Amino acid sequence: MTTEPAPQKGARRSAARWLADPFAALGRRAIGWVNNLGAATIFLSLATLRIFRPKQLMKVLEQLYLIGAGSVPIIMLVGLFTGMVLGLQSYHALVKFGSQGALGTLVALSLIRELGPVLTAIMITARAGSAITAEIGSQRISEQIDALGTMRIDPLRYLISPRVAASIISFPLLTAIFDVIGIIGGYISGVMLLGVNAGTYLYRVESSVDMKDVTDGFVKAIVFAVIVTTVCCYQGYFAHTRTDSYGARAIGRATTAAVVISCVLILIADYVVTSLLI
Amino acid sequence: MATPLIEFKDVSKRFNDKTVLEGVNLQIYEREITTIIGLSGTGKTVLLKHIIGLLKPDEGTILFRGQPLEKIRKRDLPMSYMFQGNALFDSMTVFENIALPLLETTNLSRSEVRRRVMARVEQMELADAIDKYPSEISGGMQKRVALARALVTDPQIVLFDEPTTGQDPVRKNAILGMIAQYQRTFGFTAILVSHEIPDVYFISNRILALYGKSIVFQGTPEEFEDFEHPFKEEVVHSLEGLQKELTGLHSKRQFKLRYQGQLRGGALGETYAVAVFSLDGLDAVAAALGHDAAQEALRSLGMFLGRHFGAIGGFSTRHSLNEYVTVLPMTDRAEAEGIVGEYIRDLQAQEQAILEIWAAAQKQSPSDACVELILLAGLAHGHPDEDIDAVIERARREQNVVSRIRCINKGEDR
Repeated sequence: MTTEPAPQKGARRSAARWLADPFAALGRRAIGWVNNLGAATIFLSLATLRIFRPKQLMKVLEQLYLIGAGSVPIIMLVGLFTGMVLGLQSYHALVKFGSQGALGTLVALSLIRELGPVLTAIMITARAGSAITAEIGSQRISEQIDALGTMRIDPLRYLISPRVAASIISFPLLTAIFDVIGIIGGYISGVMLLGVNAGTYLYRVESSVDMKDVTDGFVKAIVFAVIVTTVCCYQGYFAHTRTDSYGARAIGRATTAAVVISCVLILIADYVVTSLLI
Repeated sequence: MATPLIEFKDVSKRFNDKTVLEGVNLQIYEREITTIIGLSGTGKTVLLKHIIGLLKPDEGTILFRGQPLEKIRKRDLPMSYMFQGNALFDSMTVFENIALPLLETTNLSRSEVRRRVMARVEQMELADAIDKYPSEISGGMQKRVALARALVTDPQIVLFDEPTTGQDPVRKNAILGMIAQYQRTFGFTAILVSHEIPDVYFISNRILALYGKSIVFQGTPEEFEDFEHPFKEEVVHSLEGLQKELTGLHSKRQFKLRYQGQLRGGALGETYAVAVFSLDGLDAVAAALGHDAAQEALRSLGMFLGRHFGAIGGFSTRHSLNEYVTVLPMTDRAEAEGIVGEYIRDLQAQEQAILEIWAAAQKQSPSDACVELILLAGLAHGHPDEDIDAVIERARREQNVVSRIRCINKGEDR
């Protein structure tokens, strides 16, 4: 008679661990996310409170120039081609129903309600957000932020608050520029290239857009501004605490993370805000 | 003793599983230069960052004038910190870097800020660099910009994290001399982390030795000479061995070892002579011509001393900031006086060479000031049963002016 050997205690334990480990890792990751969310919220709150301290005006103006004015050309370029492609695609869809006269309505509402705020925020993330993370991350790694602390200069007030203020001001303005240029782009492709009546196009734009559409677009732009600056500044400010890399590589990873997280959060927030406003 | 300005009581600090400081107890007193020495990576910078509040202890208490540090508002802590890597803002010019703490933490007018910054710029010999960015200037200049920024707010306590790293021997001693001079002038408390053994001894009032995660010695540099501990063997002697001495002379320890060796071997004879040479007026040279020029003068004298007395069997060391000691074995008083007299004549004959070295250092300074350096010398006789320090002290008391060198600038009136 043969007897099967009883499973050993250690083997049972390792099997249990093999089953539990993925859940533990998931749990740790979830806790990490919640911790980061809490820390980022406190970070944003403290930075926002410091916007109204003395000696901030010049720093806010400087950031307005870097984030806002510096982004105008790229926003205009992207807005123009977005409007043009929107006009082109919409024309070919509408012409099937003989309603190409509604092109102005479609272009204007698509841009003002949706594409304008979202694409503007994504373009600013790519252009200014990545620069913010890289700059602050580099200042952190080279101890410049510590140096501010030793000089009794509050790093949040000096580095973060002006960027938050400048973003909240410049995002809606850049969105407005994007919208206007996009509508002009739709005009170029729809009216000038495809032959839609100019008067009809402009009349439809004017008659279909309500003030609420514009303000809703601005609300989205402000929400995106808060998200982008918080994520980008936070990633740079805490680049030295990354566990996956150090030094210059940590700055690179922080910048990548800032852009990816910002873009994902913009799209999620877009749905949430739209569902609340609609 | 007076109440310590800063006191650590059983301070411990860990980073994840690694303990960096364990049960650290130390006292730092007001208006002194305190130097923390220890090997790299033993927690000296961590200790310094606890003082400025960049790090908090996991255990223990840090007291500032008897009050727990964490209960004191940051703006009530009149401290400044000079980082090892300088931590200059690379997107700002030298002027903007130095002006930053004044612009951000005071309500001074722009003209007053400019005046104060320019005063520091001139003291640090940075006038040519004010519009340049940190990446456009040398490492030594970056160090001086960081020092200027640390001092521009007239802090009561200045923390220096390895201020001389990466500098050549002359520049190292120039920076240490600069710290010592400003400490005397402005009366701040200086806390240094340094590897520059033995050079830091000459400017420090107190030495703290960090070894094995805790402080194993605190006291004066003289007391540290007699400190017996594995720290001395592992840290001090290894660092001394690595140092490229400013003058090329023996370190104090090597000097004592040679003295004791010759004493035991009878090479010192029945009587030996000790000569103490001091150079006065270095502060004036530093103020008028720059710290580099002062260090060049000191270096020239030391090298000349080593060459001259080495050739006849003597051995010398730099004993303090501006003082050299030479032992002349088997020499009676008459012989010693003759040898020292010969040295003085030789030095005066060589004066032109020394002036040229100073002049080279002075080229970087816009000043045309006339300064005077005074060389003092004193002689004493020692016997084999006598303590060398007592003989040195006797020689010091015998010091007289033996040479004056005036207006080394432009060579107008020597």
